[in-house]
Amino acid sequence: MLGRTLREVSTALKQGHITPTELCQKCLSLIKKTKFLNAYITVSEEVALKQAEESEKRYKKGHSLGDLDGIPVAVKDNFSTSSIETTCASNMLKGYVPPYNATVVQKLLDKGAVLMGKTNLDEFAMGSGSTDGVFGPVKNPWSYSKQYREKRKQKAHGENEDSNWLITGGSSGGSAAAVAAFTCFAALGSDTGGSTRNPAAHCGVVGFKPSYGLVSRHGLIPLVNSMDVPGILTRCVDDAAIVLGMLAGHDPKDSTTIQDPVKPFTLPTFADVNKLCIGIPKEYLAPELSSEVRSFWSKAANLFESEGAKVIEVSLPHTSYSIVCYHVLCTSEVASNMARFDGLEYGHRCDINVSTEAMYAATRREGFNDVVRGRILSGNFFLLKENYENYFIKAQKVRRLIANDFVNVFNSGVDVLLTPTTLSEAVPYLEFIKEDNRTRSAQDDIFTQAVNMAGENLTSAIPEPHAKEPEQLHVTSFSYLPMTNELAGIIETFVVTKRPYWT
Amino acid sequence: MAALVVRLSCLGKRWVLACIDGGSRHGRGAAIGLTSRRKRGQSSVAQQPLIAVQKSRKGEREWAAVVGLEIHAQISSNSKLFSGSQVHFAAPPNSLVSFFDASLPGTLPVLNRRCVEAAVMTGLALNCRINKKSLFDRKHYFYADLPAGYQITQQRLPIAVNGCLAYSVSVGKKPSQVSTRTVRIKQIQLEQDSGKSLHDEPRSQTLIDLNRAGVGLLEVVLEPDMSCGEEAASAVRELQLILQALGTSQANMAEGQLRVDANISVHHPGEPLGVRTEVKNLNSARFLAKAIDFEIKRQIHELENGRKILNETRSFDDKLGCTMPMRDKEGKQDYRFMPEPNLPPLLLYDTASLPPGADPQQVINIDWIRERLPELPGKTREKLIQQYGMLPEHSFTLLNEVGLLEFFQNVIKETRAEPKKVTSWVLNIFLGFLKQQNLAVNESPVTPSALAELLNLLDRKAISSSAARQVMDMKRGNPRAINKLIGLVRKATLSRADPTVIKEILERKLSS
Repeated sequence: MLGRTLREVSTALKQGHITPTELCQKCLSLIKKTKFLNAYITVSEEVALKQAEESEKRYKKGHSLGDLDGIPVAVKDNFSTSSIETTCASNMLKGYVPPYNATVVQKLLDKGAVLMGKTNLDEFAMGSGSTDGVFGPVKNPWSYSKQYREKRKQKAHGENEDSNWLITGGSSGGSAAAVAAFTCFAALGSDTGGSTRNPAAHCGVVGFKPSYGLVSRHGLIPLVNSMDVPGILTRCVDDAAIVLGMLAGHDPKDSTTIQDPVKPFTLPTFADVNKLCIGIPKEYLAPELSSEVRSFWSKAANLFESEGAKVIEVSLPHTSYSIVCYHVLCTSEVASNMARFDGLEYGHRCDINVSTEAMYAATRREGFNDVVRGRILSGNFFLLKENYENYFIKAQKVRRLIANDFVNVFNSGVDVLLTPTTLSEAVPYLEFIKEDNRTRSAQDDIFTQAVNMAGENLTSAIPEPHAKEPEQLHVTSFSYLPMTNELAGIIETFVVTKRPYWT
Repeated sequence: MAALVVRLSCLGKRWVLACIDGGSRHGRGAAIGLTSRRKRGQSSVAQQPLIAVQKSRKGEREWAAVVGLEIHAQISSNSKLFSGSQVHFAAPPNSLVSFFDASLPGTLPVLNRRCVEAAVMTGLALNCRINKKSLFDRKHYFYADLPAGYQITQQRLPIAVNGCLAYSVSVGKKPSQVSTRTVRIKQIQLEQDSGKSLHDEPRSQTLIDLNRAGVGLLEVVLEPDMSCGEEAASAVRELQLILQALGTSQANMAEGQLRVDANISVHHPGEPLGVRTEVKNLNSARFLAKAIDFEIKRQIHELENGRKILNETRSFDDKLGCTMPMRDKEGKQDYRFMPEPNLPPLLLYDTASLPPGADPQQVINIDWIRERLPELPGKTREKLIQQYGMLPEHSFTLLNEVGLLEFFQNVIKETRAEPKKVTSWVLNIFLGFLKQQNLAVNESPVTPSALAELLNLLDRKAISSSAARQVMDMKRGNPRAINKLIGLVRKATLSRADPTVIKEILERKLSS
């Protein structure tokens, strides 16, 4: 049951094959069994059971709230959840219990979803491995798959069973692992530079990044306000579409959400690709790309071509500048957003009483890890009066050029772009930590962050199930909401068998 | 420091004279000085700053002072600039704090419509150009009363620019000697107020009250077109009246709704401007002029003694009567301005550019606001002069005293006496009486009706003016009995008694 899709389980609930409480308890028990993955920071067992009970009452009366009613979900621990500790995997917010729900969390709860817990992440969502949080790294469920175990047996012998586990990618690694391990049917992540799509790729699940402004950020503890979006992680594209339908729309509490009403949509069961034009950006053919990912990319492109779609090479000329541009803008906003963490109103406060300045300094040194502090320092450097023009303003201008690249491509008749999500499959933790966070982020965000800066694009990542480790494809389209999902769905139909692939 | 104070007290008067005399010594100034004597109060508007000239003790070259002001006015609104918590003075500490005000992570700003309207109204009243597009920025600094570590303000592109404010200063000993000046308004911007910190020295701790954090402020920047404390104080007073007439701010300095920072420098006429200092948080109308004049003198004194002026921030100690450097503001601050990413550009429309079918709740039409602007003080004074034939300086006094205009108008309503008589009584005798007793208009034991009746009696010559004055003379009377007395007098006159009899009655009553 737990391996089913959201839609299948929802049907099962409606038909009474299983009750919300049973479902909830199964998930809770699986969470306990998979504790070694370290996907959850907080398991909200009592809350979940209570919510499941209420859902059950609704089903009994025939008043279900919809497709999400009674469905176990998980939420990344950088979303504010009322009365449930929200830590951002940082010492700074250990023990911080918010008094309000993020809008997206509230929407899920209003539709009857059952909150299993808060998932692990890189501290304050800074990182691409989910390895740099204070609660320890998240382990990729695929580390324990038959395929991987076999592959490992061929390599080093006498190795400790668990020492060479794979990373989940980040920063929403906990959410991705939670979904991949079947402990919930959907999870919320956040995406600033790829933080939803990257772990989705590595964990073999679907990661969806909505267009900036489509989904409310109110209650999402920000990394980069102008790029952050809540992300959706599910096991198939159709599920992501269901969740998106519940979350999208204007929020008066978030002035950056679009005012236009969002029309609900459903994915077609069969789509005609004859009229579709798919673009393959040539700059994404990076030399570091692994051969497996490259071949999967070609395979998918050929598949579409053989079904009648037009597949052409396109150019996004400013791609090579996007990583640097992203880092300047990201660190600048980070420096600003982290200024509020001073220990005064909430969160960690040090013991020093000598002066306010001394208290601020010690609190922030104790509360933040090296990654966060490094970004704050860089960001403040770029925002200094003497540097602002050369760094921040310049980066904003380059950002505009990058965004225009996408606009131009989509205006030239291309409907969607098809690219890889990551350079290679998930790496073992021991190998990952050989490079520092900054280097890794620069490497791993290469395909994903341009789209965050452009903001206007929808993206979706779909897993390739037959690989030894999950590989991903990345589909980007321009504003037209259902398009990406359709295409992703198509890929899924042709490529994925929709049966649990982790066996 | 003591020595300087002594010198101050004797210099003070001389310098004020110099301010006036300066008008007659310089070409531009002379025209204004003469004009103001000829056409009372309706002098030509000075487009360039009047150079107030100070003759130093040592007989050195003359000095000119340049004063600019940054005025923060709390917007009169129900809720704060970016959040829904309420705005109240003197509420229990930390009782008006929303999640956003406390900077809880994940909270976002939502712009308050009323605050934008207040800014547009104020900009229009001050003859500014309203920017149809304005932007919000973050100004970063760490301070305990700034929970987010940054203030949201409008640094790049404020909501209104390039206006002017006309105000009036006395240029002679006689009340009729007033001159109109103008000061250019550089800009008006919307920004957040900070919380309050109270230093608890005995316990070495600081207490923070966030009630004020996030309240909407209008920062009005006045160009350095002023040259002495009195000009600055007059400009501020006029701005207060305008804000109060518009209803955009109660502008009560005592309640912290209007705060002034002054930028002051001195130089020799003809030479470049000197290094300026900033005197912050001048929160009282009384001390505004005093503080500015002190700082001007201090700078002159320093420079004459071969020292340099530091570009620093100072505060005014009203007990000592001097400015002091503010220790924690030393060193140049880099505020690391950055666009506020959670607020899109603020777009305003006029009737021509209003998008068709736009939701009126979501758009602001500048023309609509302009058409509904309340009457401004300048206009009110004009009407008083025309309607009641009073002198310009009288119209200023009527508006300058809180509540006096309303009092005057109520008396006018109820009395048959000539307006000029009413004006004279209200401004001289009544106001004098209040000043003597140190009372505000709203604390007056004499009601408009009572004064109106008194004036009616006077008009009918039922009582003599000296008797009427005695009624007002509080030194010998019971405040509450005054009205009773007037009732008595009225009774007496109805029975057509002799005026002397009435006077006797009054004297008897007053001396008891």
